Amino acid sequence: MTDQTQTGGAVGSYTENTSLGFRVRSVFLKHEWLRGYTLLSPTLLVMICLMCVPIFMLVAYSFWTQNYLDIDKTFTFANYEAFFQKPIYVALMMKSIRMSLFCTAVTLVLAYPMAYFIAFKVKSNKLVWLILITVPFWTSYLLRVFAWKVILGYNGVINSGLISLGLLSEPLQFLLYNPTAVVLTLAHAWAAFAILPIYVSLEKIDRSLLEAATDLGDTPTERFWRVTWPLSMPGMVAAGLLVFIPTVGDYVTPRLVGGTTGIMIGNIVQSQFGKANNWPMGAALSVISMILITILVVTFITSTTRARAKSA
Amino acid sequence: MLRDDYIAIKNTSKHFGSVKAVDDITFDIAEAEFFSLLGASGCGKTTLLRMLAGFEQPTLGNIYIDGQPQAGVPPHQRPVNMVFQNYAIFPHLNVHKNIAYGMRKSGLTKAEVDREVDEMLELIKLPGYGNRGAHQLSGGQRQRIALARALIKRPKVLLLDEPLGALDKKLREQMQLELRALQRDVGITFVFVTHDQEEAMTMSDRIAVMSMGKVLQIDSPTSLYEVPKVKEVADFIGTINFFDGSIKGKEGDATVLDVEGLGTVRSTSSGANAPTAGTTTVAIRPEKFNLTFQQPNVEANMVEGSIQAAAYLGDRSHYYIQVPGRDAPIAVAAQNAQRTMEAIDADKHDKVWLTWDEDSALLLNN
Amino acid sequence: MTDTTEDTPKKKKAMSMTAEAAAADERGSQDAGFVQSKHAGHHWSGEAPMFIYAVWYLAFLYIPVMFLPLFSFNDSIYVAFPLKGFTLQWYGDMVDNPALLRALENSVKVGFGVAMASTFLGMFAAKAMTRYYMPGKGPITSFIMLPLVIPGIVLGIALLVISNTMGMSLSLWTIAAAHTLIGVPFAMLVMVSRLEGFDRNLEEASLDLGEGVVQTFLRITLPLAWPGILASVLLTFTISFDEFILAFFLAGNEVTLPIYIWSQLRFPNRLPMVLSLGACVLVFSFFIVTFSEVMRRRGVGPQGGAAI
Repeated sequence: MTDQTQTGGAVGSYTENTSLGFRVRSVFLKHEWLRGYTLLSPTLLVMICLMCVPIFMLVAYSFWTQNYLDIDKTFTFANYEAFFQKPIYVALMMKSIRMSLFCTAVTLVLAYPMAYFIAFKVKSNKLVWLILITVPFWTSYLLRVFAWKVILGYNGVINSGLISLGLLSEPLQFLLYNPTAVVLTLAHAWAAFAILPIYVSLEKIDRSLLEAATDLGDTPTERFWRVTWPLSMPGMVAAGLLVFIPTVGDYVTPRLVGGTTGIMIGNIVQSQFGKANNWPMGAALSVISMILITILVVTFITSTTRARAKSA
Repeated sequence: MLRDDYIAIKNTSKHFGSVKAVDDITFDIAEAEFFSLLGASGCGKTTLLRMLAGFEQPTLGNIYIDGQPQAGVPPHQRPVNMVFQNYAIFPHLNVHKNIAYGMRKSGLTKAEVDREVDEMLELIKLPGYGNRGAHQLSGGQRQRIALARALIKRPKVLLLDEPLGALDKKLREQMQLELRALQRDVGITFVFVTHDQEEAMTMSDRIAVMSMGKVLQIDSPTSLYEVPKVKEVADFIGTINFFDGSIKGKEGDATVLDVEGLGTVRSTSSGANAPTAGTTTVAIRPEKFNLTFQQPNVEANMVEGSIQAAAYLGDRSHYYIQVPGRDAPIAVAAQNAQRTMEAIDADKHDKVWLTWDEDSALLLNN
Repeated sequence: MTDTTEDTPKKKKAMSMTAEAAAADERGSQDAGFVQSKHAGHHWSGEAPMFIYAVWYLAFLYIPVMFLPLFSFNDSIYVAFPLKGFTLQWYGDMVDNPALLRALENSVKVGFGVAMASTFLGMFAAKAMTRYYMPGKGPITSFIMLPLVIPGIVLGIALLVISNTMGMSLSLWTIAAAHTLIGVPFAMLVMVSRLEGFDRNLEEASLDLGEGVVQTFLRITLPLAWPGILASVLLTFTISFDEFILAFFLAGNEVTLPIYIWSQLRFPNRLPMVLSLGACVLVFSFFIVTFSEVMRRRGVGPQGGAAI
């Protein structure tokens, strides 16, 4: 540390410094990005080790085969061929995607009015509402799904409740163990993920735009569809992706409330790593899911941006 | 002996990607000088200040403070301190702790630091404010505390980044005078960044006018206003009329020109690199014109025109005078020294005459 | 659904019973005839449908999980109405269950480690993101956020596969690694909004006043960012504490609480105990997360912290 007083102190001895340490420091001082990346490097390193390398390994596994207890590391497309040859896989994959899409749609439709309410109607306690919405999301996913099993079950809360109120004589069979139960449970589980991006995009809308629309003669309904709705689209897109992508691979919800008709691709993948014990096949199935998800997401994003560019 | 090159900026450039924020600047700032960097936003003045502070390192060139090269010296080891535009008062510390913040390594005991802080509070006229929280301060008080926090370090150079910008007009004018007096008191070199020319002229010993990363002119406020060396400086500081002219020849000290709208003009002053033949720009400040309602009895430097617009401002009036041979009207400022309506009311006169001195018409290169 | 701000005069008469009219009313419309109709009833006639929807939505979010605590006090092995009577028996079962306590201890250990590691990494990443000019900031942010959108099952089996390839046996460490991976993006989001919440000039001022990088961090950044740091620690702890999908694939002999719960779901007679355990976990998470949310949104405003 050099002295910093009127006498100059140590600053005086500070002429041609060419030591290695000084030169390294000079380089760092000169390049801001270098300092930034240095600070970022531990995080990036951890992310690469824990995400990129494992996923790369997963892809490698999908080209290998299981030989009883050993892994045969000869490169082969056998697992991918198996996927397309067994109609059950393809059908299950399509069903999973359909269910996820449906669940995403339900979640968004339910979430939009709520986000709208917080963004436009809540005047003073926005924070409280936001926290109320967010908190359940952080609490145990497993327990929230489990709660639905308890509610929808044959002897569950709804059936027993309705019977004890005398509204029902026989328990309803159709509540649990079907795709609807899965969709309902997922929509509940991912609600906060959908609300927040929509809320942010609505909150960002400049209120004077709405006043301008009114001033130019729009009725409130026209104004909503011509101004608010298009401006909230980015939030809808983000919310849609945040719900759709993770739900495709879910296996907990289908397992607990889906029954045999409600199972999804995630359950098959999971069983490959459990009972079926065919890791390469499980790897291939998840790689195929990821590719399909990526294709869908990219098509979705390009089509929405194109649609927006067209209307603009 | 005060040194003239207390701060020496040598061939210094700063590039952000392809943008040259500061472009090959070389100049010196003297010890104990009040020096201002003046320019529009984006001219590079703040980048230059941040290079002095050490927050940015020059892409090319070097900066010397009191003879020491500053390349590779991080901000916390430089003998300079800064007053930030928004003051950057630490919100989690009270006034006393804010001012004492930089004294941890001073080698002084706590009691000595406390005494110095109290002295500083006296100096900035906020005695007894030590226990105030950062949130209990007005804009002017924050500004003074930021100043004290920097000055207690006894820096070789104090850097001020538009420190008065956030204050209202009246307080700003008061602080300008106080700041100037304070600088004389403590005798520290001040480098002051501003986009407000009046502010720079009120306070500075010298001003560097910057534009697009370059320094256009460094001079005292008077010289900048009266003898700007280049057209941009003349235009940036105050109001000025530009005329196209062509040089006819020399008569003694005076250059004789043919100027659009003004006819024959004799001029005895010229800026840097002003041509001695061919075409040139003639610059005349509005208040250098003498406006009369009767034809004056002079031979040169006179033109007849009509009033296109007039604004009565009390102490003076502004006129826009239309002259034959020129599209744009000439801006003229006249002191309302006389009190008669005859002299003041522009509507009463169809014709006016403008005259000016030989040294008021400044020749600049175009 | 419709917006509320001022309304055109010509439409106002027809809309006088709606939210739009009420809002325009509130703001003191210039339309004199319209202003006369102002009274409290009109106000609520417009706001009410949305408010009712919002309350209904909150009920949808909260009521399902409320059944767990409710039935955990029910003196019956079946989760069914009508309620039989109050008991603390199931909570008692929990306390003298060594396997459960072991799982709890493991969860706390993992959660604590994950909270520390994620917050540390997230904080430095956030500092780099908010304070330095760097090319490629956008792609890097997306990269760090990636674990949030990759299905959990994919991350789980990928980590399982890599541990297997590297000959690492599954343990609490593998679970902690996986949880850190999903903890970092959240920690970074929380810290970014916190660091953006105060002026970077404060750190520059400290450097300018002679404090080095480390001292500046300790004397300025840390004290100003601590609500965010605390929020991040609590949030990442809860994420790890409640996480099941990744832990399911990566647990060895030592299990965490959610895995223990999962393993008990097979036994119908343990259901009441699972309910009481679940109720405890929910209440515990609820309080930690609420506190953490209050912390991280404090002083940042509803917009700053809202990005998840």
